[in-house]
Amino acid sequence: MNRRDAVELLALAPLAAAFNWAPGEIRRAAWHTRRATQAPQLRFFTEHEWETVRVLVDLVIPRDERSGSATDAQVPEFMDFILAENEGMQTPMRGGLAWIDLQCRRRYQKTFVESTEAERRGVLDDIAWPARAKPEHSQGAAFFSSFRDLTSSGFWSSKMGVEDLRYIGNSTSSEWTGCSPEALAKLGVRYEDQ
Amino acid sequence: MSLEYDVCIVGSGAGGGAAAYALARAGVNVVLLEAGTVWNSAEHSAMLTWPYESPRRGSSTKERPFGEFDACIGGWQVAGEPYTTAPDTKFKWWRARMLGGRTNHWGRISLRFGPDDFRGKSRDGLGDDWPITYDDVRPYYDRLDRFVGLFGSRENLPNAPDGIFQPPPRPRCYELLVQKASKKLAVTCIPARLSILTRPLNGRPACHYCKQCNRGCRTNSNFSSPGVFIGPALTTGKLTSITNAMVREVPLDRAGRATGVRYVDKTDGLDKEIRARVVVLAASACETARLLLNSKSSSFPQGLANSSGTVGRYLTDTTGTDVQGFIPAMADHVTHNEDGVGGGHVYMPWWLDNAKLDFPRGYHIEVWGGMDVPSYGFMDGIENYPPGGGYGKQLKADYRKYYGATIGFSGRGEMIPNDGSYCEIDPEIVDRYGIPVLRFHWKWTDHEYKQVRHMQQTFRALIAEMGGQVFSSMPTADSGYGIATGGSIIHELGGARMGADPRRSVVDANCRAHDVRNLFVADGAPFVSQADKNPTWTIMALAWRTADYIADQLKKKAL
Repeated sequence: MNRRDAVELLALAPLAAAFNWAPGEIRRAAWHTRRATQAPQLRFFTEHEWETVRVLVDLVIPRDERSGSATDAQVPEFMDFILAENEGMQTPMRGGLAWIDLQCRRRYQKTFVESTEAERRGVLDDIAWPARAKPEHSQGAAFFSSFRDLTSSGFWSSKMGVEDLRYIGNSTSSEWTGCSPEALAKLGVRYEDQ
Repeated sequence: MSLEYDVCIVGSGAGGGAAAYALARAGVNVVLLEAGTVWNSAEHSAMLTWPYESPRRGSSTKERPFGEFDACIGGWQVAGEPYTTAPDTKFKWWRARMLGGRTNHWGRISLRFGPDDFRGKSRDGLGDDWPITYDDVRPYYDRLDRFVGLFGSRENLPNAPDGIFQPPPRPRCYELLVQKASKKLAVTCIPARLSILTRPLNGRPACHYCKQCNRGCRTNSNFSSPGVFIGPALTTGKLTSITNAMVREVPLDRAGRATGVRYVDKTDGLDKEIRARVVVLAASACETARLLLNSKSSSFPQGLANSSGTVGRYLTDTTGTDVQGFIPAMADHVTHNEDGVGGGHVYMPWWLDNAKLDFPRGYHIEVWGGMDVPSYGFMDGIENYPPGGGYGKQLKADYRKYYGATIGFSGRGEMIPNDGSYCEIDPEIVDRYGIPVLRFHWKWTDHEYKQVRHMQQTFRALIAEMGGQVFSSMPTADSGYGIATGGSIIHELGGARMGADPRRSVVDANCRAHDVRNLFVADGAPFVSQADKNPTWTIMALAWRTADYIADQLKKKAL
């Protein structure tokens, strides 16, 4: 047991006594408690931006029957790292999040985070399809497209995302046999030697 | 302190590696200088790393502009080693600073130049002919094929000579789709020719089909200079390799012979000297020109071996443009491993007759698409697919549906050398070692613009034939029809071209400097012209040929 585990165990000691949990379960519970209550050490986002991003990424990629949500895949953590490392991306992200908040203040007199689910969707519906966005929403639409791209990068490149996509590869095979008959049939192609 | 060697080679990439191997095998004492660090794929490759093992998820870093797993340390900018461009010039220069140079991450496209490629001027009056022919180089292509190895298919095409091929891997599914569309449009589409082993060769195992050649191969199943040339050369005991050695100049003795090189040892910052009977420059076309231009003496006030004034001139890059399309038939992918080798399994060699076209020379087409390991940049621009963006469960389902449903084409064509494209020494700027840097001048002409327009039209027609939609609109004349910035295809050639006439060329048919009898060039600098082929196989064949000549001359005590 390392120091951090020990600290978590101590913090949960009263609960542990009451419910008589096994150590493994205590560790899992401690992990969930920490995840729910503490933001990680942020390198780029402010706390308010962090809360906004956590709501926004899950609107972009929610949990469904095949896999978890963007926050489940730690996309906000990924974004904070990438933003901290890439100066050129910082102002567009900061400004885009401010644009979203401003829309909500104008429409609902609330921040994006304080808005209801329906209100949040009201804003996204105006900017999530850039080709049909109104001219007055063009900056919001451009921001949302790049925010969606970054969410996609973070989610689909995670272990959860790779498994969801059923990507088979990044492995070694002793021979290359080409495509399966099913894959060939779907595209309506065949090997000349078959 | 100075040590005496038979041959000192500057640069450890395609040309330097080939020359070092050939000379060491011939029993010659060789010292190889590399400006970058040690690199060994077996140890340093990021092969099979999952993007999620890194917080960057495979995105680029300052030292790895093609992504953090890419096996090239260097890039468009190298810290402390600037270059400049003339006003109104756009030029990009990719430099590697590592053992093996750019061969560690290159595309492995290993095409022989054809007979016509050595006689451009005789064919259409443009540029110049080479002082050598295909038959002069052919035995060295054969040697490379046998020693380095590549796959391909025998096609008997007029100007895309067959090599000694290992069997090519079958096409991927979507590549069969490309072949079908190509057939309809009468575009020749054949198995690719890549220096990746599909059968074991000379102690190297066959490919394991992980598609990550650019990360460097831990089993050396593809070609890289350290894995295939330098490693075996070191085992002869005849080769000494010195890394972190930034060569500053080539000094001359009173008799006008090169005495070796002076270099900065990057590990301690000290100036050091190597003495050798023969000097071979293989630092890359532009870096070799820089070295010559910076080696000034009373005999060569405008730079070593530059009595012709042509060092740095006749600089070319490959022309290039890319088009990507969404192919609806590829949506809802049938799950299977599509990785294959690290590159396209098919390609299109130049297939048309210039007599019926409005531009000279040709291009080949590289094919890409399908699924990559999900990593940074995954399906950027999802709004380009139906239904044009969105969010939530619908969007998540769209990512799954459209993942891998694209095909892209890259045209790579022949630029004609022109007087406006060259490099020279910047009169003011030096690098961190005090070495004056290069300044680039670049100009495309209508030859290149019209060729690239034809590429764009061809790629759009192919995508339409497959029922696809192109993401971008046809580029206009104002944007040069989408021509890639000079230098950005990373096929710089020329700068010390070969020729029979010492007034119009820098080196002779053996790549020996006309002006200095013990100075040779063994990289892309001696090329008289580009071709509609990637240059690496020819760089290596010429380097091997030059090395043979040097070994022979040393044996005859003529050097």
